[in-house]
Amino acid sequence: MIKAILIFNNHGKPRLSKFYEHYNEDTEQQIIRETFHLVSKRDENVCNFLEGGLLIGGLDYKLIYRHYATLYFVFCVDSSESELGILDLIQVFVETLDKCFENVCELDLIFHVDKVHHILAEMVMGGMVLETNMNEIITQVDAQNKMEKSEAGIAGAPARAVSAVKNMNLPEMPKNINIGDISIK
Amino acid sequence: MALKIVKGSIDRMFDKNLQDLVRGIRNHKEDEAKYISTCIDEIKQELKQDNIAVKANAVCKLTYLQMLGYDVSWAAFNIVEVMSSSKFTYKRIGYLAASQCFHESTDVIMLTTNQIRKDLSSPNQYDTGVALTGLSCFVTPDLARDLANDIMTLMSHTKPYIRKKAVLIMYKVFLKYPESLRPAFPRLKEKLEDPDPGVQSAAVNVICELARRNPKNYLSLAPLFFKLMTSSTNNWVLIKIIKLFGALTPLEPRLGKKLIEPLTNLIHSTSAMSLLYECVNTVIAVLISLSSGMPNHSASIQLCVQKLRILIEDSDQNLKYLGLLAMSKILKTHPKSVQSHKDLILQCLDDKDESIRLRALDLLYGMVSKKNLMEIVKKLMLHVDKAEGTTYRDELLTKIIDICSQSNYQYITNFEWYISILVELTRLEGTRHGHLIASQMLDVAIRVKAIRAFAVAQMATLLDNAHLLTGNTQRNGICEVLYAAAWICGEFSEHLENPMQTLEAMLRPKMATLPGHIQAVYVQNAAKLFATVLKGEEGNTDGTAAQEASQLMIDRLPLFVQSANLEVQERASCILQLVKYIQKLQQKDVEVAEEVDALFAGELNPVAPKAQKKVPVPEGLDLDAWINEPPSESESEDEQPKAIFAKEESKHSRPRHTEVDEKELARRREARKQEQANNPFYIKASPSSQKVYQEAPGVEHIPVVQIDLNVPLKVPGLPMSDQYVKMEEERRQKERAEKKKKEKKKRKEKRSGRGKKHDSAPESEEDITPAHMVDIVTEEMPEVGMPNALPSDDDERDPTDPHKALDIDLDRPLADSEKLPVRSHRATEAQKSPTDGETENATLQEPKKKSSKEKRDKKKDKERDRKKSKEEKKKKKHKHEDKEEDLLGGQADEPVLQSEETSQVAEPPTSSSTTAEVSDLDFWLSNAPVPSNTQEAATVAAAAPMPSVTAPDSEPDEPKDTEMEETKSSKHKKKKQKKEKEEKEKKKKKKHHHHHHHSDGAGEESVQNGTVEEEEPLPPMSNYCLLAENSYIKMVYDIQGNLQDGSQVVVSVIFENKCSSFLKSMEFNVLDSLNSKLQRPEGSGPHDGLVVPFQLPPGVSNEARFVFTVQSIVMPQKLKGTLTFIVKNEDDSTHEKLDFKLHFTCTSYLITTPCYSDAFAKLLESGDLKSSSIRLEGVNMPFHHLLARICFHHHFSVVERIDSCASMYSRSIQGHHVCLLVKTSAQTVSIDAKCDEPTLLGNVLDEIKQTFSQC
Repeated sequence: MIKAILIFNNHGKPRLSKFYEHYNEDTEQQIIRETFHLVSKRDENVCNFLEGGLLIGGLDYKLIYRHYATLYFVFCVDSSESELGILDLIQVFVETLDKCFENVCELDLIFHVDKVHHILAEMVMGGMVLETNMNEIITQVDAQNKMEKSEAGIAGAPARAVSAVKNMNLPEMPKNINIGDISIK
Repeated sequence: MALKIVKGSIDRMFDKNLQDLVRGIRNHKEDEAKYISTCIDEIKQELKQDNIAVKANAVCKLTYLQMLGYDVSWAAFNIVEVMSSSKFTYKRIGYLAASQCFHESTDVIMLTTNQIRKDLSSPNQYDTGVALTGLSCFVTPDLARDLANDIMTLMSHTKPYIRKKAVLIMYKVFLKYPESLRPAFPRLKEKLEDPDPGVQSAAVNVICELARRNPKNYLSLAPLFFKLMTSSTNNWVLIKIIKLFGALTPLEPRLGKKLIEPLTNLIHSTSAMSLLYECVNTVIAVLISLSSGMPNHSASIQLCVQKLRILIEDSDQNLKYLGLLAMSKILKTHPKSVQSHKDLILQCLDDKDESIRLRALDLLYGMVSKKNLMEIVKKLMLHVDKAEGTTYRDELLTKIIDICSQSNYQYITNFEWYISILVELTRLEGTRHGHLIASQMLDVAIRVKAIRAFAVAQMATLLDNAHLLTGNTQRNGICEVLYAAAWICGEFSEHLENPMQTLEAMLRPKMATLPGHIQAVYVQNAAKLFATVLKGEEGNTDGTAAQEASQLMIDRLPLFVQSANLEVQERASCILQLVKYIQKLQQKDVEVAEEVDALFAGELNPVAPKAQKKVPVPEGLDLDAWINEPPSESESEDEQPKAIFAKEESKHSRPRHTEVDEKELARRREARKQEQANNPFYIKASPSSQKVYQEAPGVEHIPVVQIDLNVPLKVPGLPMSDQYVKMEEERRQKERAEKKKKEKKKRKEKRSGRGKKHDSAPESEEDITPAHMVDIVTEEMPEVGMPNALPSDDDERDPTDPHKALDIDLDRPLADSEKLPVRSHRATEAQKSPTDGETENATLQEPKKKSSKEKRDKKKDKERDRKKSKEEKKKKKHKHEDKEEDLLGGQADEPVLQSEETSQVAEPPTSSSTTAEVSDLDFWLSNAPVPSNTQEAATVAAAAPMPSVTAPDSEPDEPKDTEMEETKSSKHKKKKQKKEKEEKEKKKKKKHHHHHHHSDGAGEESVQNGTVEEEEPLPPMSNYCLLAENSYIKMVYDIQGNLQDGSQVVVSVIFENKCSSFLKSMEFNVLDSLNSKLQRPEGSGPHDGLVVPFQLPPGVSNEARFVFTVQSIVMPQKLKGTLTFIVKNEDDSTHEKLDFKLHFTCTSYLITTPCYSDAFAKLLESGDLKSSSIRLEGVNMPFHHLLARICFHHHFSVVERIDSCASMYSRSIQGHHVCLLVKTSAQTVSIDAKCDEPTLLGNVLDEIKQTFSQC
């Protein structure tokens, strides 16, 4: 089981938090902070597994994370998940984001956290891995987006135009999340 | 209209959407909180509007704010509103928000039930999908109960997208509503074989998750998972299954044996590291479960270790980490194989990655030997110095102590070194393991007598420098060490060089800042030291030193008398008064030393925690009886006896127990005993009590190893462990030199032997003799603190663990009451909605019905076709062969018989299905010689081509016969009815006669077999009995029940070539009856024979197995059959055949099943069994032979045997229990038997009788 999925940036700002077990908001923030603290002090080329983390932890749990450019993707899982499997899953997740956002960067996650949630929902459901096949995930996400568009129809057009205008003066785009050479094990 | 919408949306576009909110927050970095609060106000306004789009936008923003840590539960109702929007866009926003912030105590959740149900049955698959996803996050017990049936329906949805989500969410439903597990499980199991890989993976996922918590309930699925494992190519699925097997193997070692091979194949073949790793992990689990150390598994261990080494050597830190992790699992059972990789593991200790170092530390535990302990610990001490962060340092500290103290300090050869290590460890700052170090010091000082002088010197130094340690007075801080130091100095004060100085050090005012329990020890041991000082000064005429000591005590103790700690206060005031009295005596020049010393006289011996148990309770003493009447309940708390040295914890207010009953008291007493047993300090409380019991025999039974100290050492000042390392080296060298000398001598003496073997062999473990011996209380010591090796049982589990509720027997058939609640009409809207539970159910059932109908139709069609063709054939035959008609007539009695049998088929109780399933597994696991049923069928099928049947004589198949009979009789009704009847009767007689004769023959054969063997003391027995024989070939057979399938038996036939020719093209064919059928490969007709998959050269015999399906097993049966074969000589070949009759005895349906006596007793008590009994007269054989015979020939197992009486048990393939009570006196054996199927029992007893009738 996956207990939580967290994405935060190099400064510990949460970009996505998905808890599959209920905590109140304060505890959630504390968990994010603590996890950031644990993960951020690790060197670049050490292993991606981490035991401990008192709040979310327990003996059976592990933090499995990956660091891409400015973002940390952290999964908190118990012993029923394969460690390397989850690393793969993170990779699949990031690659899927990359496909869906076309060269994903932190800003995409900042402004479209809802979409990230929707993509994640196609991969992990209630703490269990639902789908690992990227093409399947993208197909389902696309189909749903298409539905959304068709529902917006004519009424959505002006809103889209306005948001396009609003987006024109976005701050300079930071570099992409480099999903490069991390080979899938 | 459209215009209106556009207008609305134009209004809306000036609302802030999520992007605007995010942008706004980013632009207000300085006053983020303020900005957000204004945004929340805006959102509240938006939520008040009627426009659902505005609401959805607001909810979307709230979801973001929730992530930032803002409580948005106030908007829960609005979220529900958005969820119920008919548009997918908004629905999705609503469900997302709900999944992020709803939980069990959100009260609006109960409003969502109908909405969710509606969405679940929406024609749009994404509405359903979104609802399922959302529900998976916030499902409550109520929702689970109300929606379980709907979700279960979705598990059979046409779209795999929905199916997989529905399957996955079932796990959450099970957790919240455990009652749903049993009704839903069959369908879940079905999904394991879903054509869609995603659905299959989801099902595997759910079952693995379930099985991980309660593995024993899922053992019966092992064959299915095994099949999946060997067929699946999806690594995710494979990993899950392999992990699951890892959880199952500890429960069923046989499973492990079966797994080893496919797993090793996977290890060799896979390129995916994740899969490889999980395989290795499970192989390790298997090897642990098979820990008996079967020799042929050493290869598997080697393979694992070797693969792990590759992982550890990999540059990828992740693989390194996992490699070490898995290695530590091997270490537990096969330390030797890991030890050979010591170099690698020591190397990992230097890794820059803390996670990896920690894992390597775990492994070190098993790496140490007498030889390298010092070296390894030295290395660890270096790490301790370098380590940053207290967690890692503390970890190192505990590891050092663990490594050194493991198995009674087995690897420590020099305890001075160890004490100095412990003292060095006290210099660690901020450690939380002071307690651990202290307990080690105490333990060593008490148990290694020879070390006491050294230890006392070290402890005195520690006390002198106590100020260094008192900085950290928190509980379990390093100051705990002072507790040990003070105690050791006090208790063994005779070893102190300068007790006065130590006494002074212990009574420094600063000590009053120490924790109470340490102060208490200080005070008490100051008194001991005082006694020692007095004793030391006794001889002196001067006496000033003694008076000084008294004065010191009198000066300093008042500080402790004022202590807030009760224990300290009490001791201090007591001792103060004592010293005052002593001082008075001293002033009168009275010799007091001896009397004072007597206060603390008596030597302390180490005692095993359980030693008290060995002391017999004096007669007439009831430890459980009240000494005084129990106090009123309100006071009970105070009555709890405390340890002599009160522990701090006991002061923390405990929850008030309102009820203290006997049980509770007993439990507490037990807990306290446990606590004391594990408390190293507790031992201290017992010197006096021990004296009391010294006379008792129990204590003397505890073996105490005497100490042999051969290296006297005195190192002044603080120790440096390194010195000891050097000294130890020297010592060992000396020892080695001596040994070599001896060896040389020896070798000279026996040069002629295989002398050189030990020549330059490296120093082996045993060669190093420890410098001191540990006082080992050999017997019970290992039990101390031994962790539970096995996974905890239910009792120990956290009662709040939701998985406990899921510990449900899944094999039991479903009762009506367990069916999932189908929604009844409750809400008014429900009546309108198309999702009404009943309609749903109807739709659910309809396709099923249809399909079954279709099947039936198809069957009928087939049958019709067959009938037609047969009819035609029949007609032809009928015309041409008059003889055959007779034979056919002869068959006519069969249908009658058959109908009887079929009526019996319905009888076997339904409960048998459970046992059958369990025994399935047994069969699957135990079929080492017989390949699993399906496989076998396949092999037979493969081996059997489908040639035209060499028709077995002339008797066709029974089912056919009935049909033919019918058609025939209808056709020729008028003409032949009478005639046929006559014929039938005639045939019947003939047939019966024939049968009878044959069975007699078979019976004789088997019995003869038995009698021949009977003469030997423990007769070798064989169940093979003659099937048929002619000049060419001999067939013997044995019938075994097939546990995997309650309706199958396996007939093993051994074919022996008796002639000098080559036998080939053997074909085995049997005339099926309605009840028993030979399983033929798919596609072959009911008459086709099975080709025996081998040929027989002259004089050779070989065995083939045939599977038969039987329906009713309560009656013995016979099947006629024929073997056809070609005898090939050099010049010609002839076609030959041999008829036989297979006799299916009722015994052959029984399967030897072990049964424990308590289960057996329960079974007998249950009252479901009918009884019957027989008497055998004139049985002339030892009782154990008799039992052995019943066991062997009739597949029973002995449950219990008492003298000449034994209870036995067996079980039929359909799960009937058969219990026997066999008694013998003189030559009469009486067998009382019970079985839930009287017919079966009668037949079995008859068969037993027959077995013994010849004796």
